[in-house]
Amino acid sequence: MKIEMTVNGEATAADVEPRLLLAHYLRDVIGLKATNIGCDTTSCGACTVLLDGESVKSCTLLAVQADAQSVVTMEGLSPDPGSLHPVAAAFRAEHGLQCGFCTPGMVMAAVGLLRENPTPTEREVREGLEGNLCRCTGYHNIVRAVLLASGQDPDTARPGAAGDGLVAPGFSVGSA
Amino acid sequence: MIPVGFAYERPDAVEGALELLAEHGEDATVLAGGHSLLPVMKLRLGTPELIIDIGRLSELSYVRVEGDEVAIGAGTRHHAVETSDVVAAEVPLLAAVARTVGDPQVRHRGTLGGSLAHADPASDLPAAVLALGGTVVLRSLRGDRYVPITAFYTGVFSSVREPDELVVEVRVPRTGGAGWAYEKFTRRANDWAIVGVAVVDGRVGLVNMGSTPLRASATEAALAEGASIVDAAMLADRDTDPPADVAGTKEYRRHLARVFARRALTTAIVA
Ligand SMILES: Cc1cc2nc3c(=O)[nH]c(=O)nc-3n(C[C@H](O)[C@H](O)[C@H](O)COP(=O)(O)OP(=O)(O)OC[C@H]3O[C@@H](n4cnc5c(N)ncnc54)[C@H](O)[C@@H]3O)c2cc1C
Ligand code: FES
Ligand code: FES
Repeated sequence: MKIEMTVNGEATAADVEPRLLLAHYLRDVIGLKATNIGCDTTSCGACTVLLDGESVKSCTLLAVQADAQSVVTMEGLSPDPGSLHPVAAAFRAEHGLQCGFCTPGMVMAAVGLLRENPTPTEREVREGLEGNLCRCTGYHNIVRAVLLASGQDPDTARPGAAGDGLVAPGFSVGSA
Repeated sequence: MIPVGFAYERPDAVEGALELLAEHGEDATVLAGGHSLLPVMKLRLGTPELIIDIGRLSELSYVRVEGDEVAIGAGTRHHAVETSDVVAAEVPLLAAVARTVGDPQVRHRGTLGGSLAHADPASDLPAAVLALGGTVVLRSLRGDRYVPITAFYTGVFSSVREPDELVVEVRVPRTGGAGWAYEKFTRRANDWAIVGVAVVDGRVGLVNMGSTPLRASATEAALAEGASIVDAAMLADRDTDPPADVAGTKEYRRHLARVFARRALTTAIVA
């Protein structure tokens, strides 16, 4: 099936099998290798990209589902290596990575989160990134980096307490 | 992991999807958000011959107030349910439950109709719609059927939906200020519920306590007769048949249902 997709602002096209996953389209068909495949089971978030601006796990999308839509990968965030995207710059400033395997997915999930919630509390950052695992477990600095990227001082950002109207799985919710 | 090959159609209207379903019946599989279907296909536990992709049909994505009900299009994503002002005001339970599904990426893709149609008793939203006393609207070229959610499920991964039918809408009563609560017990942050209890307006829906989502009827009846929350919650596992798996034994799940029914009822009624 012939598909066309805007990737990082550039038109791409290919004749693909319907079963081709978006992650494989990005990596193998058009050759953008930043998007990592970690678990391949929708759990780790390493494959996260933006689809029409929203974070999605590209291992759990068919390329044909993204036909005629717009995808942004880590490569597209900072086309000019001399001027990093604010989220990428904040990951660097706060040392928000160790081995770096989770980083492209983590950064794309953070960009998607900040688009929906430009000044999150610390708890909102943690919950907003719950679909992304870091096996080096460097979550602390990742959360600080996202707070910094949102223009907040990671040392003084609001923690976000229970009862702030925010709900996470495993937490109790109800009418107050 | 790569799915087995299949044919793919993406009709540009519901009508086209219904025609394809009428023509291909059991050989066709509907793809909505794909967040239950694609994992199954990647594991090759599912090998559909023809995929009918309804995920881009904007006519299936809406939230509207209609009389004393809220009508939600089957293609409405969990994220849209979670952030809808109408849902927050009219059916706050549903917004809160949608927010407990998976993680943000999953909620950007998964749909309310897909979650209901998939008929997984461990899913959160079917039990919430059950507690709300909602209705599933099925459409085929033969016409529309309004099926109360109490009559929709027939077993694990199965419902009364016929192969040529599409779930097009979910209707739930406006509950406004009625007390509600959702208790989802998980071991890790974004897991599926080991047990979940949804309460709204004195009705109690159970997640993962049998082969379908269940109502805790004995608890509801006891409350209606004036029993205390503590006594009524002790009946929450009556007539259930919970699964036993790595997450817990049957008896453990029965215990959880009683404890979380008490907590949910306390939040919904007392708080
Ligand atoms: C990592 C991960 C975590 C998750 N966590 C949770 C969780 O905590 N709680 C929870 O409840 N769910 C969870 N889910 C499941 C998620 O909510 C799915 O989105 C949902 O169950 C299915 O919706 P879908 O739109 O993706 O359906 P699809 O995967 O597209 O379809 C599922 C099934 O329903 C059928 N179908 C879909 N739409 C229709 C329709 N309109 N008419 C007729 N048939 C239809 C399909 O043919 C298929 O058989 C999780 C999924 C993942 C991948
Ligand atoms: S590779 Fe897609 S979520 Fe892990
Ligand atoms: S930095 Fe190694 S997995 Fe996150």
